[in-house]
Amino acid sequence: MSAVLESPAVVAPARAGSGSVWAAAARRFRSDRVGMVSLAIVIVFLLIVVGAGLGIIAKDWQVEHAVPDAPPTFLGPAPQTESISVAAPSGPNVDISAVDPLAPRYKEWDEAAKKYQTKAATRAETLPFGADRLGRDVLAKAIKGAQVSILVGVSAALLATAIGTLLGALAGFFGGKVGDFLEWLYNVFTAIPGILLIFAFAAVFGRGIGSVVLILGLAGWPGIYRLVRAEFIKHVVRDYVRSAEAIGAGNVSRMFRHILPNVSHVVLVQLSIHVVGFIKSEVILSYLGLGVRVDQVSWGTMLAEAQSDLILGHWWQLVAATAMMAVFVTAFSLMTDALRDALDPKLRGLE
Amino acid sequence: MAAYLIRRLWQMVPTLFGVILLVFLLFKGFGGDPAEILGGLNATQAQIEAIRQQLGLNEPIWVQFGIFLKQIVTFDWGRSWATNESVAHLFATRLPATLTVMIPILILDTLLSIPFALGVAYVRGSLTDRSIMVLTTVALSISFLVYVIVGQYVFAFQLGLFPVQGWSDSVATNLRQYVPLPVMLAVFVSLAPTTRLYRTFFLDEIGHDYVRTARAKGLTEKTILLKHVLRNAMIPILTNVAVALPGIFVGSFLIEVFFSIPGLGRELLLAVNRSDYPVIQAFAIYLAVITMVVNLTTDVLYTLVDPRVVLK
Repeated sequence: MSAVLESPAVVAPARAGSGSVWAAAARRFRSDRVGMVSLAIVIVFLLIVVGAGLGIIAKDWQVEHAVPDAPPTFLGPAPQTESISVAAPSGPNVDISAVDPLAPRYKEWDEAAKKYQTKAATRAETLPFGADRLGRDVLAKAIKGAQVSILVGVSAALLATAIGTLLGALAGFFGGKVGDFLEWLYNVFTAIPGILLIFAFAAVFGRGIGSVVLILGLAGWPGIYRLVRAEFIKHVVRDYVRSAEAIGAGNVSRMFRHILPNVSHVVLVQLSIHVVGFIKSEVILSYLGLGVRVDQVSWGTMLAEAQSDLILGHWWQLVAATAMMAVFVTAFSLMTDALRDALDPKLRGLE
Repeated sequence: MAAYLIRRLWQMVPTLFGVILLVFLLFKGFGGDPAEILGGLNATQAQIEAIRQQLGLNEPIWVQFGIFLKQIVTFDWGRSWATNESVAHLFATRLPATLTVMIPILILDTLLSIPFALGVAYVRGSLTDRSIMVLTTVALSISFLVYVIVGQYVFAFQLGLFPVQGWSDSVATNLRQYVPLPVMLAVFVSLAPTTRLYRTFFLDEIGHDYVRTARAKGLTEKTILLKHVLRNAMIPILTNVAVALPGIFVGSFLIEVFFSIPGLGRELLLAVNRSDYPVIQAFAIYLAVITMVVNLTTDVLYTLVDPRVVLK
């Protein structure tokens, strides 16, 4: 801090660009080195997600490239060791066509079989990152899994934030009967333990990516609602809102054009906190079989397979899924911390 | 105090009604047809119709809601669709196993993270503090699943220090044999977030004026932390424990699934997989009631911990 004050060169552009809160926040964020590195990692992951979604990378994750459970190595397969071969039996083949009842039809079947072409697939003995029990490339799987897990986490967080913000805005802005009703709804949703709520939704909504997004979004809004409501209660009596009312701004306009931009930093931070939480939840739901369908892959289903693989000593799938997830979630958490510090300097250093 | 209790209990009524309504509407509106779930794939139309008749599914919706309310008030949830076990019995027999695992987890987690957090707060701002914070962030970003999978594999399967999974009828045997590994793993996982949180509480207190005064009169940093800061930080810590308290009834369903512990969480997951609606509905409402009662109890207990809190 003191370094900034001492150097006039740094202070000058800061003053010049102090037009908006967002510009100031962006400047604070840029000066946070950890935050910038995490942001870069998150962007790389988002590019991977987009790439996998468009089918540019990891498109053939379902293709069996290698032998089942091919071990991970960059060196290629180990040379075959000489094994003692059993001598092939010598002597003529015994002709049993006289007694074989199927013998007359062998020719016919051979002709029929020629109509279908079979391609001899060459299966690699090893892959750089190993293969799962079907011989699919673990790296491609982890990338495809990243796409599903991150997409679900982000969509669910967007849904929860949208519900929470809308209801919080209504409750904080109108108060009275509307506020009481929404408070009641909040109390109802928080009275049921979170995981139970998720299970109850899972029981009725069934499986699939859409269901997981819906389940997590519907179960996850109360926290955001509470914070947004508190902000709206604080802002609704402020002068700028009253002035807006005086010049004839309607309820909707005051709520979403005037107040919302002023509380959007709270919303943004909550959104990014929930992304991390929901990715973890999706992994657990998919592990339990309540998440994505069997023809899809997510980090959770990879971990579910990895559990039985591990007993056989096949550790690479576990490591791939864990490492991908750990890097992304760590980067995202650190980015969230930096974002919160940049948007709300009062909270700096609290956690 | 009595007036406060009565008012709080009175306030629970609309919330509880809301929980019941939510559960009812959720399963009525979005869940599959119970008659078809119960009848199975080979049921004829006549059989399904008979089941509908029996469950009262042909009645108007408010009559069905009445039946649902009556079930709740009389504690007669009927039987599980999958096992034909009475739901109340199911709940009562699964709860002890969950508590056997969850109570040690909560106690150990709280007792271990207080000294850890205090230690980290003592060296705040130093390299140790920052490394621990980064380490906990990384530790937190690895899924709980991974810790349990690897922990079970290493400690139980490879090293053979504990049974891989299992449960017995005797509480003593359970505590001695089957509980240690799940508890150890769960505490290990929850230690990172709890330590982080408690550190925040300690740092909050350290910023207060009384700490400056204590320093000014020449107390050592250790005395300040142990005598003044710790005591004041106990209030948010206890709040946090209270918030976590209802959770011990749901249990860590993952722990129960991994270690085959016949607790509530595992039963609930089975019920979800079998579309066993009565069990899920009953568990949701029972646990909502328990949560509300535990919260009220905590609020009352506050007055004992912090004389400044006045219930009104």
